[in-house]
Amino acid sequence: MENKSMRQPTIVVTPEEYKALTKQYTPKPTIVKNVVRAFIVGGIICSIGQVIINSYVILGMPQLEASAAATATMIFIGAFLTGLGIYDKIGKFGGAGSIVPVTGFANSIVSPAMEFKREGYVLGVGAKLFTVAGPVMVYGISTSIVVGIIFFLLH
Amino acid sequence: MIIPAFIVGGLICVMGQLLMDLTAPNITPAHVLVSFVTGGAILGALGWYEPLIKIGGAGATIPLSGFGYSLSKGAMEAVGERGLLGALSGGVEATAVGIAAAVFFGYLMSMLFNPKG
Repeated sequence: MENKSMRQPTIVVTPEEYKALTKQYTPKPTIVKNVVRAFIVGGIICSIGQVIINSYVILGMPQLEASAAATATMIFIGAFLTGLGIYDKIGKFGGAGSIVPVTGFANSIVSPAMEFKREGYVLGVGAKLFTVAGPVMVYGISTSIVVGIIFFLLH
Repeated sequence: MIIPAFIVGGLICVMGQLLMDLTAPNITPAHVLVSFVTGGAILGALGWYEPLIKIGGAGATIPLSGFGYSLSKGAMEAVGERGLLGALSGGVEATAVGIAAAVFFGYLMSMLFNPKG
């Protein structure tokens, strides 16, 4: 009975009003928040790397070797935290701040390999280790070879 | 050295975040990492990445662009020492520690742990 008193569903909004409504109901752009988080998380990860380099230098390593050893250490930490399931939580907060550092590279190696373990140790773990690391090495090494050839031709 | 590392590292990661948020939605972490390695290698070849490392230390070497920089720097140095063969060997030689660590630790952790949740 009361239904009759209800007004008919009508769409009496101008395109402008519709635009305003859409704007109102779409989630606020999170870019600023994401950028701040990426800055903080990326900054912290690199600071930890710097602390590790400094420690190796204090222990008597030459600067260049200390830097390489620190990279290896960060890869270990990233892989270990991924195994523990902690790195994914850092990743949810930090976005690119956790992807771009080598710890994120380590994460991209361990995550799929762990996931596909049931497909076997060769085609599961062995192959999936390179889901992201493969493309990274293909493009990185290829670029360096092209750079080397150009450098050779110029000198 | 720690504060410059924080700032430079943070800013490099911000560029990665902008790459993800402002470009096509099909940009995955894999695309970001490939872009940073390639970008770092090109910047390294042009001599533009070195100053960043002088200022930021680990802030520039820990992001994957630092891996790209080491690749092309290694290739150029090896070409200087050994000629054309160096173009093939130099990059991987210079980054051998990182590549080996990534393969070995990655394998080790994937075998030791199982995915959570």
